[in-house]
Amino acid sequence: METRDMLLNVGPAHPAMHGIIRIVTRLEGEQIVDIDVEIGYLHRGFEKMAETVDYNGVMPYTDRLNYVSPLINNMGYCMAVEKLLGMSVPDRCHYIRVIMSEISRISDHLTCVGASAMELGAFTVFLYMIKAREYLWDLVEMVTGARLTVTYCRVGGVKGDLPAGFEEACAKAFKETRLVLKESDTLLTRNRIFVDRMSGTGKISAEDAMSYGITGPFLRGCGVAYDVRKDCPYSVYDRLEFDVPVGTRGDNLDRYMVRMEEMEQSMRIVEQALREIPDGPVLASPDTGKPMAAAEMVDRAKVGNIGSIADRVAVTDPTLDGSARPLHVHIAADEKRVFLPPKEDTYGNIEGLMQHFKLVMYGHGIRPPKGEVYFPVEGANGELGFYVVSDGSSSAYRVRVRPPCFAIMSALPKLLVGDMIADLTPTFGSVNMIGGELDR
Amino acid sequence: MNAATLIQAVSDRFPAAVTGSHSFRGDATVIVARESLLEIARSLKEDAAFQMNFLMDLTAVDFSSFGTKPSRGFFSSSGVGVHPSSEIPAHDPWPGPPADARFAVVYHFFSLALKHRLRVEVLLQQDDPALDSVTSLWAGADWLEREVWDMFGIRFRGHPNLKRILMYDEFVGHPLRKDYPVNRRQPLIGPVN
Repeated sequence: METRDMLLNVGPAHPAMHGIIRIVTRLEGEQIVDIDVEIGYLHRGFEKMAETVDYNGVMPYTDRLNYVSPLINNMGYCMAVEKLLGMSVPDRCHYIRVIMSEISRISDHLTCVGASAMELGAFTVFLYMIKAREYLWDLVEMVTGARLTVTYCRVGGVKGDLPAGFEEACAKAFKETRLVLKESDTLLTRNRIFVDRMSGTGKISAEDAMSYGITGPFLRGCGVAYDVRKDCPYSVYDRLEFDVPVGTRGDNLDRYMVRMEEMEQSMRIVEQALREIPDGPVLASPDTGKPMAAAEMVDRAKVGNIGSIADRVAVTDPTLDGSARPLHVHIAADEKRVFLPPKEDTYGNIEGLMQHFKLVMYGHGIRPPKGEVYFPVEGANGELGFYVVSDGSSSAYRVRVRPPCFAIMSALPKLLVGDMIADLTPTFGSVNMIGGELDR
Repeated sequence: MNAATLIQAVSDRFPAAVTGSHSFRGDATVIVARESLLEIARSLKEDAAFQMNFLMDLTAVDFSSFGTKPSRGFFSSSGVGVHPSSEIPAHDPWPGPPADARFAVVYHFFSLALKHRLRVEVLLQQDDPALDSVTSLWAGADWLEREVWDMFGIRFRGHPNLKRILMYDEFVGHPLRKDYPVNRRQPLIGPVN
């Protein structure tokens, strides 16, 4: 009997393709014999744009890399520029960044596991997990003022301190998340359909995975315990206790298990960090100083009435919550050439005003010395590295992102050839491809 | 190995090929000759002293307009660097951009077993931007090299499938080169089918 191969296009607009990507498969019956992955549909020129704006101006662009866990991107970029500047941030700021990154990591894993379960028919799990993600995003909203494009970190610090009531809100959100994880675990881990489709599909050996440069939960699913937080500790991760879960078989089921366990470990990190964070779980409180309208402060300062505003806290736009002078010292490095002064100083004295304008005026801003650095952090998908080259001017000469899912996507032919076409969905789901990060 | 001993080990092994090195901010960096890249890469991967089993990143920098950016403000900043903190070594300064090369192809290697990182740079001239591909050593280099070709127009000899990856085939030019204006627009051409 004469047979011939069939070409099947999956994507660019396909419900299981999480974003836009085209996979051209060559099928022999139901078996995949060849595969071609076409990416670039979401290319926005991140690296080119980063060369045209100042160092803090890149921050909103980094939000849009991995838009499910933007806080980790913020942190990675900030720490790369801080390394270039050769500076460090206060301990409390480190802890805040770690807490926010771990919350983002959980939300990223929830999205990945939920979406891939939905594609295998478990729609309930998806809804449950998105519900849990909502609780976490409420936390993110509470701290940053935004849910998705947060732009929370600044070079040399963060935007504002943790708000009042954050610890209780966090405990409540984690309680709900743990409940959801338990429910989802009972719905999936012993679910015959789910396990049959995940187990043994999308297999890759540890050697192949390392050769492709795969990192993160995907690599740990193959049994290699590489985690940037453990192996090249940054920030305060070396002071926190957590385990790195690893799989054994390197298939979809192991990656699912690793992600489920990592969410629990991330919650453990946040709980420890909230206990250990210097100066208590929250600093932001309404009674830290006598409030005064910012406009009045400016008026009094103009006529030289400095004495009457010295101990006042400026009432500013709600987007600046948590950055008043009493809190400023804890969230920002004491480095006048990098971080904006608290608004009380901008309005109240000439040094603050000059510092403010030297940083925001067109053509001024942060000026790192000439040089190049690479800084890796553990993103939700693996090692997220920023390589920054500076020519000493106010904008970066070159910013390069090492997107973790780029390496995994390049291994897709290796993962899929030989499997059935139906295995494409769970395997692609476990890659957790994020278009914004892959195509930049 | 720490940055200094790693640089020393690489320079001792390949005295003729290593043309420069620095460890600015603690990042071990060696600049190697283009002809010996493949040999050095193989040794980095297979030698027990290096064991660089990860090619973490591969990218390029176009140094053609380095330091020529006009100061936009009427008053320019003094440009004095921030004082480095004690955690980050400052004694090893950055040697500056390459004197007579336009492109630097930058490899970031990582060894999981020995937990050290090494940056390897290869300098390329404007008229002959080509070097050997390392796809035979790390499978992940395939897409990374395609991206460098796409963005910078640097060719990799021996690459199995060197075509554009992020831009479409009909795109003219290489967008991350410094002479490609950031606001240039090109008509988007749909796929053939």
